Amino acid sequence: MVQEQELETLDINVNMGPQHPSTHGVFRMVLTIDGERVMDVEPHVGYMHRGAEKLSESMDYRQALGYQDRTEYLAQFLAEHAYCLAVEKLLGLEVPERAEYIRVILCELNRITSHFMFLGAFGVDVGIFGTVFTYAFREREYIQDIFEEVTGERLMYGYFRPGGVVWDLPDNFVQRVQEVLPHTRQGVKDIDLLLTDNEILAARSRGVGAMNAEDAIDWGLTGPLLRACGVPWDLRKDRPYSIYDRFEFDIPVGQYGDVYDRYLVRLEEIRQSIRIVEQALEQLPEGPILPEKLPRRLRAPEAEVYAAVEAARGEYGIYIVSKGGDKPYRLKIRSPSFSNLSALPQMTIGSYVADVVAILGSIDIVLCDVDR
Amino acid sequence: MLSITVDINNAWLSAFLALVVIVLLMTLTALVLIYVERKFSARIQMRLGPMRVGPHGTLQTIADAIKLLAKEDLRPRSADRWVFELAPFAIFVPAFLAFVAIPFTRDWAVSFLDLGLFYVIAVTGLSFVGFLMAGWGSDNKYALLGGMRAAAQLISYEVPLVLALLAVSMVAGSLSLSDIVVFQGRVPLFVWQPLALYIFIVAALSELERQPFDIPTAESEVVGGPFIEYSGIRWSMFMLTSYANLFIYSLLGALVFLGGWDWPLGREIGLGWQLVLIFAKTSFLILVFMWFRFTFPRLRIDQLMSYCWKVLIPLAFLQIFLNGLVLVYEWPDGILLLTSGAGLLLAGYIVYRAVRAEPRRVRLVPARGSGTVAVPPQTAGAEVGGAGTGGSG
Repeated sequence: MVQEQELETLDINVNMGPQHPSTHGVFRMVLTIDGERVMDVEPHVGYMHRGAEKLSESMDYRQALGYQDRTEYLAQFLAEHAYCLAVEKLLGLEVPERAEYIRVILCELNRITSHFMFLGAFGVDVGIFGTVFTYAFREREYIQDIFEEVTGERLMYGYFRPGGVVWDLPDNFVQRVQEVLPHTRQGVKDIDLLLTDNEILAARSRGVGAMNAEDAIDWGLTGPLLRACGVPWDLRKDRPYSIYDRFEFDIPVGQYGDVYDRYLVRLEEIRQSIRIVEQALEQLPEGPILPEKLPRRLRAPEAEVYAAVEAARGEYGIYIVSKGGDKPYRLKIRSPSFSNLSALPQMTIGSYVADVVAILGSIDIVLCDVDR
Repeated sequence: MLSITVDINNAWLSAFLALVVIVLLMTLTALVLIYVERKFSARIQMRLGPMRVGPHGTLQTIADAIKLLAKEDLRPRSADRWVFELAPFAIFVPAFLAFVAIPFTRDWAVSFLDLGLFYVIAVTGLSFVGFLMAGWGSDNKYALLGGMRAAAQLISYEVPLVLALLAVSMVAGSLSLSDIVVFQGRVPLFVWQPLALYIFIVAALSELERQPFDIPTAESEVVGGPFIEYSGIRWSMFMLTSYANLFIYSLLGALVFLGGWDWPLGREIGLGWQLVLIFAKTSFLILVFMWFRFTFPRLRIDQLMSYCWKVLIPLAFLQIFLNGLVLVYEWPDGILLLTSGAGLLLAGYIVYRAVRAEPRRVRLVPARGSGTVAVPPQTAGAEVGGAGTGGSG
């Protein structure tokens, strides 16, 4: 006779990361799994902590700019922009017209490269063996070349300055960007055709990691994750900074807040960024790129400011407390990756192991940005 | 170890020769296929692929093989020694055994078995034991997860694979691979049994653990699965076997569905043409499998299972039942095509309905005032002053 006794099963803990190919850096999570089901997720962050905030406090306002590149290393211009906005707000600097346009063009191009990076990595996460990756990286590379021509750097640009940008654009800049944009458009179309209507991708990502709008707002999600939930919240529209109120663009909004919607939103955001860049190129004025009377040492009054930009991953904010002098007393980075990542347990618990990878990919974290 | 009896005078000698030939064949196929896959994937991905070693990188796989041979053979201290070390052989041997019964041309085979098809399926079905051993013996959670996935997947997909081939052998009236090929002299079987071909390709992809079914070894999830702790020569045995299996399944598909060495040139062709035909058909299937690999995302294990048990197996049974009706009542052959084609359409429809919801697009919200935003004010803190919310200290 078979004994009618239930076998006892144990959940096992699987340590995913910090050395795991799909944790996008040195993120670590301890998954408690029952077979293939994820019962609990415990994220561990901090492997990449380098004290960027503290370091910024020992630098003067010009020097600390470099650390913004290093925190958000996939959307560097956007991070620099947030920092410059905060310092300009603190010091009351006026940014010349041309510099604003240059910033917007570079920021939007940077958003495109960052989203291409997402598309490539996302393809690998859901299991396409590198094909989307190479396609996305080709398009990214065209724009990366432009950044190199403008700034002389490929990764740590350090091109923005409080008050403007450090030097003017190369002469053929407008022509170069106009050459590249059709490639970008075609690249988005290629990836769209390859992935969007793929049944397997739909099966893997629809309904996976879904969040409703209330939860998303409660968790402090911003950027494409929030918009995928159906909330049309975009700082460029809702708290217009710089000169974004001069351009026409739409905010792509999803419906279900799942991985698939996040993918769709990012794909569409690339198209919208191309629109912004095209308009900005047409309007690009001549003129100075730094205020005429920029003091050599930037001395700030005693004040607290917060400035945020809609970065590629969400609201990238810089909060500066100044007690006077040429250094911030405290500099806090409100990084979108960290806030978005905090909702990971809610998105993943109850799903499958394979989903965790797709969800983490769809959050599109930058580990330096999470740990700072 | 093998009871191969070929009618040459010295049975032992011929068996030994056959062994050598098979091992050489497996190794060479793997070497060539790895190179082809790398070049083919490079074509798909706008890369060049290996270019440095030899002209157009042709010697790259040999260099890799030498590197693998020279690598240290590591075994984790906590691994179950014998299970861990024997696992590569447990995977290698079934592939090796399968080669024994496969006829390459009309006269070239180690052994022409009357139950060739049955034999090939039976021995290749053993390979899951090796995956399970590798997963269990490595004492690694990823490996265990991968091993369990492999076992579940391989055992499940064995069923539709067998049923699809059974349907074909019903029509051909034989389980001997040579007879099945001969039967297809004028019309290959994929014409009569498109549904069976479809089921065969899906199940073979799954048995081969290639995209979109590379779930047990998923690089981005379980990081190589059962192979995670293997290195050097043992790891290369896994690779060798996986490419040998790719060759076996493609060869099987070419023999059973695409008319093997006969169709379309007929019975009277010479050895050279037979080789060309069988090689072309096998290569075609191999390239199709590779093409899938670089185009499709990976399915999830539960989707994979439900597709097998809820779609493929019922369809395979339906195919067998209809074949039985046609054959028993001796209806015209066209009915076979009709029923199988209808089944294929049904399969397509089921897939379509199951995975394809209506295409979803984003909604574009045009410019508007900031007053209409559906966000509570406390999260909208993007203003000067102490309102810097979000994130944590």
